Amino acid sequence: MLEVRIHGRGGQGVVTAAELLSVAAFGEGCYSQAFPTFGSERTGAPVISFCRIDDQPIEIHEPITEPDVLIVQDPTLLHQVRLFEGVGDDGYVLINSSRTLEELGLAEYATRFRPDRIATVAATEVARRRLGRPLPNAALLGGFAALTGAVSVDSIASAIRARFTPSVGEANEQAARDAFALVSDTIGGLSHA
Amino acid sequence: MAEQDVKFYQVGTFVAGNRLLDIDQRTVQARVDRSNAITSGHRACQGCGEALGARFVLDAAMRATGGNLVAANSTGCLEVFTTPYPESSWQLPWLHSLFGNGPAVASGIAAALRAKGREDTRVIGQAGDGGTVDIGFGCLSGMFERNDDVLFVCYDNEGYMNTGVQRSAATPPAAVTANTRAIGPAPGNAFGQGKFVPLIAMAHEIPYVATATVAELHDLETKVEKAMSMRGARYLHVLVPCPLGWKSASKDTVRVARLAKETGIFPVFEAEHGEVTSVSKIRRQVPVEEYLRIQGRYAHLFGDHPRPDIVARIQARADRNIERFGLRSDGPETSDLPGGAS
Amino acid sequence: MLSQIEGSLAVARAVAGCRPEVIAAYPISPQTHIVEALSDVVRTGELTPCEYLMVESEFAAMSACIGASATGARTYTATASQGLLFMAEALFNASGLGLPIVMTVANRAIGAPINIWNDHSDAMSMRDSGWVQLYAESNQHAVDLHLQAFRLAERVSLPVMVCMDGFVLTHAVEQIDVPDQSDVDAFLPPFDARQELDPANPMTIGSMVGPEAFTEVKYLMHAKQMEALDEIPAIAEEFAQSFGRDHGGLVSPYRTDDAEIVVVALGSVLGTVRATVDALRDEGVAIGALGITCFRPWPADEVRDALARARQVVVVERAFAVGAGGIVGQNTRLALAHLPITLYNVVAGLGGRPVTRAALRAVLVDAVEHQLQPNQLHFLDLHEDVVRQELERLRSGARGPHAESIVRVLGAAAGSSPS
Repeated sequence: MLEVRIHGRGGQGVVTAAELLSVAAFGEGCYSQAFPTFGSERTGAPVISFCRIDDQPIEIHEPITEPDVLIVQDPTLLHQVRLFEGVGDDGYVLINSSRTLEELGLAEYATRFRPDRIATVAATEVARRRLGRPLPNAALLGGFAALTGAVSVDSIASAIRARFTPSVGEANEQAARDAFALVSDTIGGLSHA
Repeated sequence: MAEQDVKFYQVGTFVAGNRLLDIDQRTVQARVDRSNAITSGHRACQGCGEALGARFVLDAAMRATGGNLVAANSTGCLEVFTTPYPESSWQLPWLHSLFGNGPAVASGIAAALRAKGREDTRVIGQAGDGGTVDIGFGCLSGMFERNDDVLFVCYDNEGYMNTGVQRSAATPPAAVTANTRAIGPAPGNAFGQGKFVPLIAMAHEIPYVATATVAELHDLETKVEKAMSMRGARYLHVLVPCPLGWKSASKDTVRVARLAKETGIFPVFEAEHGEVTSVSKIRRQVPVEEYLRIQGRYAHLFGDHPRPDIVARIQARADRNIERFGLRSDGPETSDLPGGAS
Repeated sequence: MLSQIEGSLAVARAVAGCRPEVIAAYPISPQTHIVEALSDVVRTGELTPCEYLMVESEFAAMSACIGASATGARTYTATASQGLLFMAEALFNASGLGLPIVMTVANRAIGAPINIWNDHSDAMSMRDSGWVQLYAESNQHAVDLHLQAFRLAERVSLPVMVCMDGFVLTHAVEQIDVPDQSDVDAFLPPFDARQELDPANPMTIGSMVGPEAFTEVKYLMHAKQMEALDEIPAIAEEFAQSFGRDHGGLVSPYRTDDAEIVVVALGSVLGTVRATVDALRDEGVAIGALGITCFRPWPADEVRDALARARQVVVVERAFAVGAGGIVGQNTRLALAHLPITLYNVVAGLGGRPVTRAALRAVLVDAVEHQLQPNQLHFLDLHEDVVRQELERLRSGARGPHAESIVRVLGAAAGSSPS
C-alpha cells in the first residue's frame, strides 16, 4: 500500500488533488481511497488530504500517520506546521516552491531522505502559466508521477480531464505534464550526479 | 311560490337555514347534502366554538373540492375530541402527527400528491392557536415561504385549552388563564407585543390570507371557497370562542364571536399577496366592555376591584384596529396598513 | 456501475435509483453532499416524479416525510447529530404510525460541546425510537443497505435508518459499485402502501389511543421489529443473489470459528478491526471480529451464536451511556448471559478521534494478557493526565467550562498549530 499525505491551505485544491490521484489510480486498476481532514470550510486554513493506493481492497479509514509520500502544496506551511511527522527516511517528498531546498532552509533536514526522492517544483508558477491561476494541485500530481512512478502521468491526465470542463481540464493537464517534465529532469539529473 | 328580491344585512347569522334565500345563496351548512366532515358523536364541550368552526370550514372545503380533500391536524382540542379511541368523527382522510408539525405534515402530503400526479386532491392543514402561533410557527413560516399548496386553518381560541387553559402567544392582554391568573399587581395576561399571525402571513405575501369568526357563517364559507379556488399557500384564521377557557356561557359562543368583531378587537378581513383586499365593516361599534363582561376570564376587571384602566387600554387597542384596518362602515374605505388596499 | 466516487454521491445515486417520490431534507454536516446531489437530480428531472421539499428544519423534514409517506409516497430524508435530535419527536411518531420512511444518518457526535466529527452518539441516542437501525461498514455496504432498507421498510411497515460514519465514509472517495437503475427496479418494486390518505377510502390516522389499547399497539411495534430479524437476512440473501455482494445479514463474523477472543464493533471501524485481527493472527493470537450491521432490532441470537465459543469478547464502540456504561457492550452482555465469557467494554473514537490499528492492537493485547479490567468502561487513547489536571482544577474551585480549559491544556502540550 502506498500512503500519500498532502498539505496545503483551504482554497488551493488540496482535497481535489487527493481525489484526482485516487481516480488516476483507479484508472490503472488499483484500489484507492482519498479523504481530507475535516474542519470548517475556511479559505487559507491549513488542510490535509490523504490518498491510499493498493492492489487490494482498502478497508482502513484512519488518517495517514506514516506517509510514504508527502506533498506540500503551500511552502508557507514549512516551519509552521509539523509537516514531516511520520515520514520515513525512504519516503518521497515533493514541495511546491521555485526555491531550492537550501533556499527553503531544508538542506540539512533533506539529507535524511534519498536524494532521488525529494524534490521541489515550481508548481504555482506552472499553474499560473497554464491556467492563469495559482492553483498548483494538478501540476503537483504530475510531479508526483515523476517522483514516485506510482501512477503514470497519463492516468493523472485522464483523471483531470474527467473532472473539469474541457478548457480547464486541458490547462490542468498541461500543467501536470509540465511539472512531470520538470521533476523528471531534476531526478534524472541526479542519477548522473 | 313567488320570489322577490330581498336583501338581508345579516344573512346567515341568525338564520342558519337561510330558508328565505335563493338556493344558490344558502350556506353549505343549510344543505341536506353537506358532507358532515366532522360527524356527530365527538366529545367537544357544549358550545365549543372550535367544533363549530371546524365543521363550517371542512364542509365548505369539501363542497368546494367535490370531496377531494385530505386533512392534516395538529395536536389539540380538535384532534382530541374528534378521535376518542376507538371512534373517529372524521369522514375524510385525516392524519394527526404531532403538535408542532401540522404545516410541515400538510406540506408533505401536498408534495406526495403532486409527485403522484394527483393534484386534484387538495390539502387542508388545521391547528389551534398553540399549534399555529407558538410551537408550529417555524413550520408554518416554512410552508408559507415554499408556497406549498396547502390551506392552513388556525382555530384560535386564544389559549392552550386542551391542556387546561394555559396562555399562548394568541392570548389577549388581561385575559385570565391557568398560568396568567388574576393575582399580583398585573392580573391576567400581560400587555405584550402579541403575535397576530394573519399579518405575519401577509408579510410572506402568500396568495390568500383571511380572518373570520364562527358568528358569520356566510363570510366564513365564502372565504373557504375562495381559498380553495386558489393554489399555493393560503391561511385562514378563525376566531372560535371556548366557553370553558373564556368562561362564557356555552349558549353565548356565537354572540361572543360576533362581539369580538363588532368591538374591533378581532378584525375580519382578506388579503392577497400581502395586500388587504377587503374588510368586513363594523356597522355599530360596540364598546369592548360589552364583550369583556360576558366572559369570566375578564371578570377581575369588574366586580369588587374594577380596573377601568385596563378596560381603557383594551378599548384603545380595539380603536387602533378599527383605524388600522378601516373597519368603520361610515369611515373612509381606505386603510393605512403597510399592505392596505388604498 | 463501478466508479471512483465520494461515498455521499454513491449513496445519493443509490437512493435516487430507489425512486423516492418525496424527499424532504435540511442540510447538516456531514450529510450535505448527499442531499445536494439528490437536489441536483430532481432539479434536472433525472429523478422523476419526485418532489423535493427544502424544509426549514429537521423537525419539518421528518414531519413532511410523515405526511408524504402516509399519502402513499416512497419517502426519504437524511440527517446527522443535532438534526437527528431535533426530529426526535417525529422519529417516534413515524415509527408509531408504522410509516416506511428511509433515512440516512451520517453519524456525528452530539454536543455540547459542539463537534462535527464522527461517532455513534447520534444514532445511539435514538436506538429506542422504534426505527430499524442498520450500520454500514463501508461505502459499498452503505449503498447496498439503502436498497435493502426501502425493501425492508415497506415489507414490515417500519421506518429504517441507515447509519454511515460521517466524514469517514461520506467524504471518502473510493471505488463503489452503484447498482444500475434496471437492476434496482428489479429488486425494489413500487411502493404499495398499507395505509394511505385517499378521499376514495377515507381513514383516520394518528388518533389518540388510551390505556385500554396502548400496550397492544406498542407490542405490535416490538413484534414488527422482531419480524425484521427474519426479514433482514432474507433480504440480504435476495440482494446477494441479485447483485453478487454478500455483506452478511444481521451480523458479519470474521475469523470467529476458532477465535478465543472476539472484537465486536459497528461501522467503518471494522476495517481497522479486521486489519488488526489479521496482524494479531499472524502473531498466533486466536482472534476474530464480529461486525454488527443490524443494531435495532438487536440480533441477540446471532450475536450469541457468533460469540459462544470465545472466552473473551471486547466490545469497541463509538458512543456510551453517560453515567451508566457502554451501550453496545450492555446489549452484548445481555446476549451472552450465562456463558463463560469475559466481556470488556472499550469506548473509542468519540468526536472523531481516529481509532488506529496501533491503539486497538494495544488494548487487545492487554485483554489477551488479562491486563484489562472486565467490569469497567475503558476509554481508548484517553489523555489521562489532562483529565486529572482538569479534575484537580475543579476541586480547587476554579471556574469556567471544561472544554475550553482542556483545549488550552492540549494546545499548550502540543506546541503550535496541529499538523
